[in-house]
Amino acid sequence: MADLTTDFAGIKSPNPFWLASAPPTDKEYNVRRAFEAGWGGVVWKTLGLDPHVVNVNGPRYGAVWGADRRLLGLNNIELITDRPLEVNLREIKQVKRDYPDRAMVVSLMVPCEEDPWKFILSQVEDTGADGVELNFGCPHGMSERGMGSAVGQVPEYIEMVTRWCKQNTRMPVIVKLTPNITDVRKPAKAAKDGGADAVSLINTINSITAVDLDNFAPEPTIDGKGSHGGYCGPAVKPIALSMVSEIARDPDLQGLPISGIGGVTTWRDAAEFIALGCGSVQVCTAAMTYGFKIVQEMVSGLGQWMDDKGHADLDAIRGRAVPNVTDWKYLNLNYVTKARIDQELCISCGRCFAACEDTSHQAIAMKPGRVFEVIDEECVACNLCVNVCPVENCITMERMAPGTVDPRTGRMVEAEYANWTTHPNNPAAKAAE
Amino acid sequence: MSASTRTDGIVAGRLDPATLEANFADLHPPLDPHEARVAADRCYFCHDAPCVTACPTSIDIPLFIRQIATGVPEAAARTIFQQNILGGMCARVCPTETLCEEVCVREVAEGKPVLIGQLQRYATDTLMAKGEHPFARDAPTGRRVAVVGAGPAGLACAHRLAMNGHEVTLYDARPKPGGLNEYGIAAYKTVDGFAQAEVDWLMRIGGIVQEHGKALGRDLDLDALRESYDAVFLGVGLAGVNALRTRGEDRDGVQNAVDFISKLRQADDLAALPVGRRVVVIGGGMTAIDAAVQSRLLGAEEVTMVYRRGPEEMAASRFERDLATSKGVRIVFNAQPVRIRGKKDGTERRVEFAYTRYGPDGFEVTDETFEIRADQVLKAIGQTLYEPPQALALKRGKIRVDAAGRTSVAGVWAGGDCASGGDDLTVTAVAEGRDAAEDIHKALMS
Repeated sequence: MADLTTDFAGIKSPNPFWLASAPPTDKEYNVRRAFEAGWGGVVWKTLGLDPHVVNVNGPRYGAVWGADRRLLGLNNIELITDRPLEVNLREIKQVKRDYPDRAMVVSLMVPCEEDPWKFILSQVEDTGADGVELNFGCPHGMSERGMGSAVGQVPEYIEMVTRWCKQNTRMPVIVKLTPNITDVRKPAKAAKDGGADAVSLINTINSITAVDLDNFAPEPTIDGKGSHGGYCGPAVKPIALSMVSEIARDPDLQGLPISGIGGVTTWRDAAEFIALGCGSVQVCTAAMTYGFKIVQEMVSGLGQWMDDKGHADLDAIRGRAVPNVTDWKYLNLNYVTKARIDQELCISCGRCFAACEDTSHQAIAMKPGRVFEVIDEECVACNLCVNVCPVENCITMERMAPGTVDPRTGRMVEAEYANWTTHPNNPAAKAAE
Repeated sequence: MSASTRTDGIVAGRLDPATLEANFADLHPPLDPHEARVAADRCYFCHDAPCVTACPTSIDIPLFIRQIATGVPEAAARTIFQQNILGGMCARVCPTETLCEEVCVREVAEGKPVLIGQLQRYATDTLMAKGEHPFARDAPTGRRVAVVGAGPAGLACAHRLAMNGHEVTLYDARPKPGGLNEYGIAAYKTVDGFAQAEVDWLMRIGGIVQEHGKALGRDLDLDALRESYDAVFLGVGLAGVNALRTRGEDRDGVQNAVDFISKLRQADDLAALPVGRRVVVIGGGMTAIDAAVQSRLLGAEEVTMVYRRGPEEMAASRFERDLATSKGVRIVFNAQPVRIRGKKDGTERRVEFAYTRYGPDGFEVTDETFEIRADQVLKAIGQTLYEPPQALALKRGKIRVDAAGRTSVAGVWAGGDCASGGDDLTVTAVAEGRDAAEDIHKALMS
């Protein structure tokens, strides 16, 4: 099978699947179970200074479900570890000693002063851990005390703290970024400037999962009140992929290792993060939903896909999709497609018709006998019909061959690539120059 | 227990009460809220959905299913009841496999339709359990309408007329309202006295006076009704039963299947209900299936259903046929009875059948015969209109009506099984009763 061994900023693990800093990595018992199940590494749940924090005792999670209660998104308001520092450190040391081949990264969050960072780094170093991850991402609770995302939202703080850490430890320093900002490249750049060995993203997204309509209270509700939490799980994956790609393709950030986090649920999700430049992936919600055993599916699935495609190791796929992430203005405007409905596969539900007729371009005709056909004169190839069709591959987007005439525009489809910056109709074409 | 499944003759108490209770329990146990949401999620919310077209009452099925999926089954029930006030019964007895679910795109694509019938039951049960009647009467019109027959057609008609503000007198020949919902239909499809509960719930619209034990031609005269009321609706069903015209038909132990079913439906104690050790049911429709299956469930050892034509011509649906065979009923096709024989004391009774076939000149009975032992014979070869008033024009043995339900006599409408047009289904009767009520309303208010 393909070689899944991972070297992430000098931190080695037998596979790229790490458990993210979160409740599953709170203590020795869980982490031992994770390693027994086959996880390549863990990021130990965030340590802080003593006296340790006190957590809420009402619900800490809220969820968004699909049909049959498939968990699509999870919201969490739990704080960092609520156990004494010494206990965590002792456990980390014992586990690392027993599982030397696994990645043991320790997440940290202390106030924005150099001494506390200096203190805790030396403590962690003594455990034999492989690296640290600076938690600049937690959006709830700790941020109200000037930590977590309160730091991650100010690039200058990120740079300052990262520099302190680099000056006070020989361990690799990973900076975990919050998505609750407008441009993720700025905090990533600050981390790099501070000397970070890598970044990891995304942390969770500010969220309220629902509103209890009987009590008019946000969920999860604690004694009638609710506070925003951090959103994670399958629902956030597209946001995470986009933010990862922003960093991966930024010229100023080239070579900065990325640990991808956000909705990784299957081997395929992991492969996508790796293709967008990630050196490892971190998982939390999927493990919290299904238990640690899912890593076995992830390892076998990624391995099989790599074998099928002839990719020998992770270097062969890492970042392969990055060159294909571009700006809108560089998309080929001469690439013309039309929707095609496979009448053999069509089950005549008419969803494509309703979607196109009501909300798009009136480009699907409903003919007698519930036959649905695309009207090429109207089809702008928006893809909505494909997206709402319940049958896989029933509707596809077929490219019009160069030299043929697009019935919608009456113009010949040109073979040459042409984009927004060159299109004669684009008023911004010149301004872009 | 004195009798068993192997006791000869027609006797009661073949099975113990617990087995009988299990045998006659709900055929499709109701969906719980989670099951309903999962089932509802399978609906694609089709544009101009085929299921709606297939429903004789044109219920907006995608809408009510979406209302279930979004957690408001009460709203779903209102969507259903607007079109079909007997939506609760139809959810239980409709042959959905030949109506809405047959054309569901997921049936066509995967052979697994959205469970429309069961979802409809979930919605209607939810609202009815709350004791809510979702409609109110319009201002009184001062008009009076006689509805004859309190079966599905009559009930739907009476409800819609009452809703429109008219005063309705609802007559029925039997001691209880409901028609076939109460006296026909297999017991396991409408358990726990649902038919009466539904009528009670329906009556809460107000403005309907029930008169039981009044039969048209016996206690009621059409001309007199026309005199006393502003309009008359006839939903009298098919009270006559076709005879076999076979030798031996008059013997003991030979009975109409409808009477057997009606007795079963009205029985307080199924263990007291006699059934033959070997039962032969003659016919190929729903009545035949219901009689055959329920004979088995009562403890008959052998039940054979004999139909004179092939499976493709059978009126009972594939689902019903499969239900029967799954309960141990044997179905014999292409045979018709020649005579019923046996000793005078009722023993050694058997039915002699001749095979039938399609020859060069069409359907024919062959010389090849066989016998089936039968302690009890149930006849289910169709029902007919019973002594219709002379004034009414008929069409193929039924009261001739136009699309609006108007008969040949001014001021008289008809619908349901007694009227021409449409299948003999509860849901069709509801649609006809409802539409006739709207036409009566239009006629009275213009």
